[in-house]
Amino acid sequence: MSSSAALFYVFAAFTIVCAAGVAFSRNIVHSAFALLGALFGVAAIYVFLAADFVAGAQFLIYIGGILVLILFAVMLTHRIADVAVSNRAAGRPAALAVVGAAAWILGRAIVATRWPVAAALSDAPTTHAIGDGFLGPYVLPFELASFVLLAVLVGAIVVSRKELRG
Amino acid sequence: MPGVPLEHVLFVGLVLFALGLYTVLTRRNAIGILMGIELLLNAANIDYVAFARYSGTPTDGQIFAIFVIMLAAAEAAVGLAIVLGIYRNFESIDVDATHSLRH
Repeated sequence: MSSSAALFYVFAAFTIVCAAGVAFSRNIVHSAFALLGALFGVAAIYVFLAADFVAGAQFLIYIGGILVLILFAVMLTHRIADVAVSNRAAGRPAALAVVGAAAWILGRAIVATRWPVAAALSDAPTTHAIGDGFLGPYVLPFELASFVLLAVLVGAIVVSRKELRG
Repeated sequence: MPGVPLEHVLFVGLVLFALGLYTVLTRRNAIGILMGIELLLNAANIDYVAFARYSGTPTDGQIFAIFVIMLAAAEAAVGLAIVLGIYRNFESIDVDATHSLRH
């Protein structure tokens, strides 16, 4: 096994351990910081899959944006230190049954399918091609995405502001 | 990346998906549920990028992954704004406590 493949498995294990921390931690703050580790591990996996731009976007948007938002929300809602209040879990056996069934079906699909794999895998950077794609065949979804983001920003402000009465 | 078959990458995505689904199903805290949704989206994204890489034409799958990341940011912004609104009205972000649309 080459050293890069071994490193991939190290990062994959790190990601899974952190995701398990998100799922099973009894403290919501611990969950949030475990999510930081999981998102970092996913960014590392993108690097191993030769997706340099996606890895950068993962760092900037997920870790720099979404995780900070989540931490803000955790800190703004009080009594978070109280485990019984902050991260109560319910319906564990039923959830385990559903998750087990879904994971079994997906695992069978992964094993049973003969995935077509290209003979030669390219490690070339893809940023240039992604930029061409956004301004070429994907220009309409790209513009719609910017419109969605504007609507989301306005909507988030409207939803979260304090109502002025009188 | 020599030596790592596609199936192993897909299994990483599968485990992330299972943990995210478990988080969404068991948490009673709205922010915890949002964290589970982030895990689910990341699992889907890993599969997008993995299929893109192993198919030999990486651009399209990576563009979809970037759209998913962007929509996840939108979802997190609106979701957390709603969570803060719920918290102001109900003094709680337990999803079982929010059984009505107004207080």
